[in-house]
Amino acid sequence: MTTELLQLAQESTGGVTDEGLASLAHGLVYGLAAIGPGIGVGLVFGSAIEAMARQPETAGETRTTMFIGFALIEALALIGFVLAFIL
Amino acid sequence: MVVAIELDPFHLFLWDPILFEGTPFELNRVGLLTLLGAALCIGFFLYGAAKKALIPKGASNIAETLYLFVREKIAIDTIGPKEGPKFAGYLATVFFFIFFMNVLAIVPGVHFAPTSRMAIPFMLAIFTYLIFNIVGIVKQGPIGYLKGTLFPPGAPWWVYVLLAPIEFFSVFIVRPLTLMVRLLANMMAGHVLLTIFFLFTHDFLVHNLGPASPLGVLTLVVAAALMMLEMLVIVMQAYIFTMLTAFYIAESVHGHGDHDEAHEDAHAEEPHGSRQVTEGLAA
Repeated sequence: MTTELLQLAQESTGGVTDEGLASLAHGLVYGLAAIGPGIGVGLVFGSAIEAMARQPETAGETRTTMFIGFALIEALALIGFVLAFIL
Repeated sequence: MVVAIELDPFHLFLWDPILFEGTPFELNRVGLLTLLGAALCIGFFLYGAAKKALIPKGASNIAETLYLFVREKIAIDTIGPKEGPKFAGYLATVFFFIFFMNVLAIVPGVHFAPTSRMAIPFMLAIFTYLIFNIVGIVKQGPIGYLKGTLFPPGAPWWVYVLLAPIEFFSVFIVRPLTLMVRLLANMMAGHVLLTIFFLFTHDFLVHNLGPASPLGVLTLVVAAALMMLEMLVIVMQAYIFTMLTAFYIAESVHGHGDHDEAHEDAHAEEPHGSRQVTEGLAA
C-alpha cells in the first residue's frame, strides 16, 4: 500500500483532477466536522471530572448527564463521518 | 527496488462467501466471526454459571463480577433500583455481545471485529430503539410518551415551536443513527489504523526502501501503542453503547427531563456524611 502510494506520487504529473479534489474533500469534511465536537467533548468530560471531584457523592448522576451531553455532541462528529462516506 | 503489495481495495469491504454459497444463509468471514463471538460470549457465561457456589471461584467469579458491574453500575444507577433490575438482562447481553465482538479485533490471527460492519450495530440499534419506544408507550401511554418527549416541561409555550421538531429529530432519528454509527466508526477506524501502521511496518522493514527503512521501527512502536489504545476503545464502546441504551430506557420509564425521583431512590440508602461535611465547610 505504501509502495503503491509512493509509485502513484512518482507517476503523477502534477495536474489537479476531480478525483484528487474529491479525495481531498473526503478528508476535509471529516477533519472540519471533528474540530467543534472535539472541543465540545473535551469541555463536557473536563467539567464532569471537575464536578465528580468536587462532589463524589453525586458521581452517578453526573456520569449520566455527562453521557447525554457526550452523545448529543458526538452526533455532529458522526454525521461528518457519514458525510465523508456519502460524498 | 519497489515491490507493490497486491491490495484489492474491495477486499477491505467485500468478502467472498465461504459456506452455503448461493443460499440465503450464505456465510462469509464476517458472518463466521460473528458466530464465533456469540459462541465465545455464550460459552463463557455458561461455563461461569455451571458451578454454583456461595463463594465463586475462577471463571464464575469473573462472570459474576462482570454481570454485577452492568447490573449495579449501569442498570440500577441509571434506571433506578425499582425498574433497573428488569432491564439488567438486556443491558448485560448488549454489553457482553459488543465486548466479545469487539475483542476479536485484537485477537492474534483474527484481527477483525464484526462490529466494524454495519449489520451488527444496525441490529443492536434497532433492538434498543424498539425497546425504549415500547417501554415509553407502555409506561406513559402513547399520547403521554409523545407529549413528554416532544414537549419537555419547563419551557415557555413559544419555544415549543422550535423545540418539538428538534426533539423529534434528536430522539427518533439521531439516537438510533448515532448509536450504530458510533460503534461502527470506532471499530472500523481502529481496524484501518492498525492495518495502515502494520502495512507501513511491513513495507519499510521487509521491502527495503533504502534510507527510509529505519522508519519501520517507529511505525512498529506506534502500531503496538495503537493496539493498547484499541483495547481501551473496545471496552469504552461496549460501555458507552450500554450506558446510552440504559439512559434512553430510563428516560422512557421516568418521563423526559424528570430524573429527580429516580435518583432520589437510587441514592436514598447512601450515607449523607460527605455531603454534610461539604455543607458545613460552606457555612
